[in-house]
Amino acid sequence: MRKKSLIYSLLFQGGILLLLFILQFILPTYHHSSVSKIMVLASYAVAYNFLLGYTGLMSLGHAMFFAAGMYAAGLGIYYLELSALGALLFGAAFTLVISLLFGLFALRTSGVSFLIVTLMFGQTFYLSILYFNEFTFGQDGFSLAKHLGKLVIFNKEYLYSNPDVRYNFALILLTAYLLISTLIMFSPVGRILIAIRENESRTQLLGYNVYYYKLFALVLSGTFSGIAGAMHALLFTYVGTTFAEIHHSISPILWTLLGGAGTVIGPLFGTGIMYYLVDIISGITSNYQLVVGAVLILMIIWFPMGIMGTLRQKWMKWLP
Amino acid sequence: MSSWINENGPLLFLALLDGTVTAFVLALIALGLSLVFGVMRIVNIAHGEFFMLGAVFSWFAFDLTDDPLWGFLLALVLAPALVGGIAVFSDRFILRKIKYHPESTIVATIGLLYVIQSLTLIVFGPEARAVEAPLYFRIQFPWFGYSGYKLIVAGMSALGLLGVWLLMIRSKLGLYMRATQQDLEIAKTYGVPTKKIYAAVFALGGGLAALAGVLVVPIRQADHLMGLEPLLLSFIVVIIGGLGSIRGTIVAAFIIGISDGIISVFYEPTLAKMLATLFVAMVLVLKPSGLYGEEVA
Repeated sequence: MRKKSLIYSLLFQGGILLLLFILQFILPTYHHSSVSKIMVLASYAVAYNFLLGYTGLMSLGHAMFFAAGMYAAGLGIYYLELSALGALLFGAAFTLVISLLFGLFALRTSGVSFLIVTLMFGQTFYLSILYFNEFTFGQDGFSLAKHLGKLVIFNKEYLYSNPDVRYNFALILLTAYLLISTLIMFSPVGRILIAIRENESRTQLLGYNVYYYKLFALVLSGTFSGIAGAMHALLFTYVGTTFAEIHHSISPILWTLLGGAGTVIGPLFGTGIMYYLVDIISGITSNYQLVVGAVLILMIIWFPMGIMGTLRQKWMKWLP
Repeated sequence: MSSWINENGPLLFLALLDGTVTAFVLALIALGLSLVFGVMRIVNIAHGEFFMLGAVFSWFAFDLTDDPLWGFLLALVLAPALVGGIAVFSDRFILRKIKYHPESTIVATIGLLYVIQSLTLIVFGPEARAVEAPLYFRIQFPWFGYSGYKLIVAGMSALGLLGVWLLMIRSKLGLYMRATQQDLEIAKTYGVPTKKIYAAVFALGGGLAALAGVLVVPIRQADHLMGLEPLLLSFIVVIIGGLGSIRGTIVAAFIIGISDGIISVFYEPTLAKMLATLFVAMVLVLKPSGLYGEEVA
């Protein structure tokens, strides 16, 4: 049974990814760039969902991890003249350390206290970026366009911000994240994480060290968010404080819940829908936050399982 | 040492004064958050927006009356009442619908935060505004003059705290609130109207934040984004003091308020906020339930 659902879900995700691959030849320029952006942000949401949807821990400070990866990669390129790959690895390593340290502190609390602690650490990270503005360029952020080398494929040089490079790198990132999430969810570790979400004390009673599993989930989720941030820095050649603000921690909650928390593919749908909704509303009024707020409230009252969560309950029982 | 005191003594005194005023205001805001958490077991992320609404309604009252003193008195009554009304409405049509589920409530109140912030932006505009102080006098110390209104702010916050304390121990509403906090089910079976108590507590929490907002506008400018900072500071206070403990909240407000005053005067406000968070981390490592928190699983 489980083997069958694994095959179904890999086929389902493969189909959607194939569709995304084909779309790049059809889409007009504007939507081409929007979809690239959605795929990077959706990767962040997939990483976020790993903690919220599968382990049942809600974080209000994930922008810290995204920004940590982004700044480590960006500052690495700026000051240490790292290559793109080096910057990506540096960003990953830095977020790994940050999320491990953070997890050791924050996981001493649970429930509501955990939420508040994540919120505060996220805010402190944001304030630190502003405080050390001589090193981080504070509120203005900085562009990487002049510092980043070129990508060489078959003796041809490409910029990282080249639309096709951007699209396909974003697609590779998303594919990797979806595949890794699915495989973990079908592994014993994934089952234990779900058990923690459903009933933490019973899982503990069964002899599992809940703390280590939660730490694992947090570090994985944090590091993947950081890699998404580093990738964002490379592909969009800009590093700035907006990605460390609290709004950027709240966004993945919204994307994940709308798409369906606890479904691997859900965050992609949630991100895509919200991105285009905000995009359309921004054309009408600059005050799109009103809509974001209203969507959050209405969704949590009438549609708490999100799109894929509802679909799974009704028809697609095998969906991971 | 004595030369340091001679040089920096007045500055330290100023920092202590400012810190005490901050502490009283912070205690008022954090107490609102703490009451809501204690009785209803939920965290209200929109709490800072209730504070902001208090401040913004106070301009409105000032514009209405065109007189600092009458405007201030009107705002003292109007702002907490209006914000309390908004709180009751949110309780009835949002929180009750999601059955006060802790994580859903967080998401819903984040939504509420965005909605309140954007509506304020639409109605009142983006510019920051200050309001004249209702009473203006200076208290002359040997080294510097100090705004008398700031001391009135501290005094009125203290009255507010005292009022809540009396309400909790002397009134029937307070008794009901304590009963609901201790055991919801038992309180229900003894005929405590818990639904009404929830609405009342949410309104009281919002009203306290709004009151703090009214008191603060003459000291600092108000705009639609001012709610986040007091929200984070109250979280720090509430965590350090222990969620749901009134005594802990007030003690922690003083620790944070006064240290914030000292660090802000001698170094930088941003550094003060960063250190406060690190302090929270230390408290959590040593005592995860806070200074006065109950040991709950």
